[in-house]
Amino acid sequence: MAAPLSVEVEFGGGAELLFDGIKKHQVTLPGQEEPWDIRNLLVWIKKNLLKERPELFIQGDSVRPGILVLINDADWELLSVSSRASSPQPLLSQLLGWNWEGSPEGLPLSSAPHQGELDYQLQDQDSVLFISTLHGG
Amino acid sequence: MCQVGEDYAEPAPGEPSPAPRPSREQKCVKCKEAQPVVMIRAGDAFCRDCFKAFYVHKFRAMLGKNRLIFPGEKVLLAWSGGPSSSSMVWQVLEGLSQDSAKRLRFVPGVIFVDGITSSWVFPVALRSATRENPLPKGRWPTPHNSARKHCRGFPQGEVAPCPALPGSVSPDSFCLRFSEGAAFGKSLEERSKTLAEVKPILQATGLPWHVVALEEVFSLPPSVLRCSAQEPAGSEGAYKAAVDSFLQQQHVLGAGGGPGPTQGKEQPPQPRLDPQSLARPPAAAQTEALSQLFCSVRTLTAKEELLQTLRTHLILHMARAHGYSKVMTGDSCTRLAIKLMTNLALGRGAFLAWDTGFSDERHGDVVVVRPMRDHTLKEVAFYNRLFSVPSVFTPAIDTKAPEKASIHRLMEAFILRLQTQFPSTVSTVYRTSEKLVKAPRDGPAASDSSPCCLLCMCALDVDAADSATAFGAQTSSRLSQMQSPTPLTETRTPLGPCCSPGVGRVQGCGQGACRREDPQACIEEQLCYSCRVNMKDLPSLDLLPPYMLAEAQLRTQRAWVLQEIQDCLIEDSDDEAGQS
Repeated sequence: MAAPLSVEVEFGGGAELLFDGIKKHQVTLPGQEEPWDIRNLLVWIKKNLLKERPELFIQGDSVRPGILVLINDADWELLSVSSRASSPQPLLSQLLGWNWEGSPEGLPLSSAPHQGELDYQLQDQDSVLFISTLHGG
Repeated sequence: MCQVGEDYAEPAPGEPSPAPRPSREQKCVKCKEAQPVVMIRAGDAFCRDCFKAFYVHKFRAMLGKNRLIFPGEKVLLAWSGGPSSSSMVWQVLEGLSQDSAKRLRFVPGVIFVDGITSSWVFPVALRSATRENPLPKGRWPTPHNSARKHCRGFPQGEVAPCPALPGSVSPDSFCLRFSEGAAFGKSLEERSKTLAEVKPILQATGLPWHVVALEEVFSLPPSVLRCSAQEPAGSEGAYKAAVDSFLQQQHVLGAGGGPGPTQGKEQPPQPRLDPQSLARPPAAAQTEALSQLFCSVRTLTAKEELLQTLRTHLILHMARAHGYSKVMTGDSCTRLAIKLMTNLALGRGAFLAWDTGFSDERHGDVVVVRPMRDHTLKEVAFYNRLFSVPSVFTPAIDTKAPEKASIHRLMEAFILRLQTQFPSTVSTVYRTSEKLVKAPRDGPAASDSSPCCLLCMCALDVDAADSATAFGAQTSSRLSQMQSPTPLTETRTPLGPCCSPGVGRVQGCGQGACRREDPQACIEEQLCYSCRVNMKDLPSLDLLPPYMLAEAQLRTQRAWVLQEIQDCLIEDSDDEAGQS
């Protein structure tokens, strides 16, 4: 049973366009049975904060490729170094067999991206920042 | 982190603040002391200071490795407001303020091109044709079937009568707008808001700055499209000699003083404004003409390419006008990888080395340089965040466009998706692009006379005489279409005496497709393959800015005259070789 959490969610790099142009959101996540992790946070954001075009922010379980996530001003990829190092590099034949027409979930991934990071447990007064790198140059 | 019974609610004892939970043993791979904040590549965690040193080192190494920028040279920084170019400007500023041994030695200025907003009108036919009420004849920008495809995914705005599209006769030509509200009113508001954010940043840099509206393309001279004489590339010795003499000068003038960057700051306190653009907003007629031009382009791919071309010409013109010999753009590693793949898809495979290499000297006197090409977008975003680099967010022409809206977007999605699973994708493409070598032109004598594409100024790579290729087949089918002139050509006024009607030369002016009735073919003859494909999406070439049309006409006439007097020309090289 997780207590309600107060978290600051911030958007940058153009991602704020999908959230009515508001960059900082101070949110209170309600108490629930499972502890709050990034995966649940994304679902919550999609339901409550995201105003339009969810496919531009969220892809499957995780954020869309090209969107960086910083937790307390540190890269979220630091949270799961071991799982990333062990993911195997696929063979070229696997690459060629992929069907890019379908939805991303249909891809036969050897390891879904960002599994370790999505499991990070949020704490009170954490700050999560989403920066879109897809825009501008 | 995974211990049984560990209490997640409290931070571990000894932690000063609720930091994320990297594995306990992880430290910065470089200094091995501090807590890491960012992961570069797969598995390299850097702390804040080591990351800054790494980032700055990459920038300086890129400039130092390619010894192209001579001391005291004037360099124009093309700033779009986005993160990569902002980071580049910031690096230059930091480089200028260092102690004299490591100081950057060129003289920079900044340029910002204004006027690219997201509220471009995208015309589609919104009603279907019936027998009683067919779609009117004349040029519809898009057939109705594909209109639905274009509409899907775009935010629904209002439907309103379109400003006069060329050739559209029916009052039923509706337009679907991107943003709510009247197109012009909203875009003016957006622009002034952007300018208000941009100006303080430009002023804070302390460098001479220029703001140019995109509408200025309508006042460009045709000389923009001419490749100036190429300066001979400086040899290794020349660069070293230049640096030595510069340092000597500095030494003579005393420590800390001397010409170069400081001179720019000591100038009387007016950053150089571009008198045309900031004194008053661009003429409404020009804005309308620009909007019409983009309105009439059928596909987003062609729009993006056209925008890129116009922007390049504008920056080139400004650089020439103010005496800059180099232009720095902020293309990052990720962007260049995407650009490489996109250009392959667009038919620009022959020009990859120029489009994605460090230096691009196709314009002759002005060289485009890409110092950020070793930095990935992730590194740029982190640096900007950690060190508070100011940047301005401007919605672009493809903001919020769905994934398959254009080739650029599709390729971006492809590469980025691949990158998440295989983190070496971008660096592999980048390293491949480093190996691309620029094919030398056919000897120095030919460089002046070998034809360049009208728009992108790369060497013309088409050999239309070869009908075995798909391209040759297209050209010959075009010729057969010329036999029966369509209503398209009849209504257009001739562009001028392209070919003298009395001379029955079919071979003149390239394959004889260029006749008085068809100025469109005249222009297309002078374009490279990818530019021709893009121009196909533009139904009426008359909407192009006048400098393009004027230059096209000039070249056609010149080619025709050359053909005419071919017999009278003396080939000096052949003669002399024969005589001696």
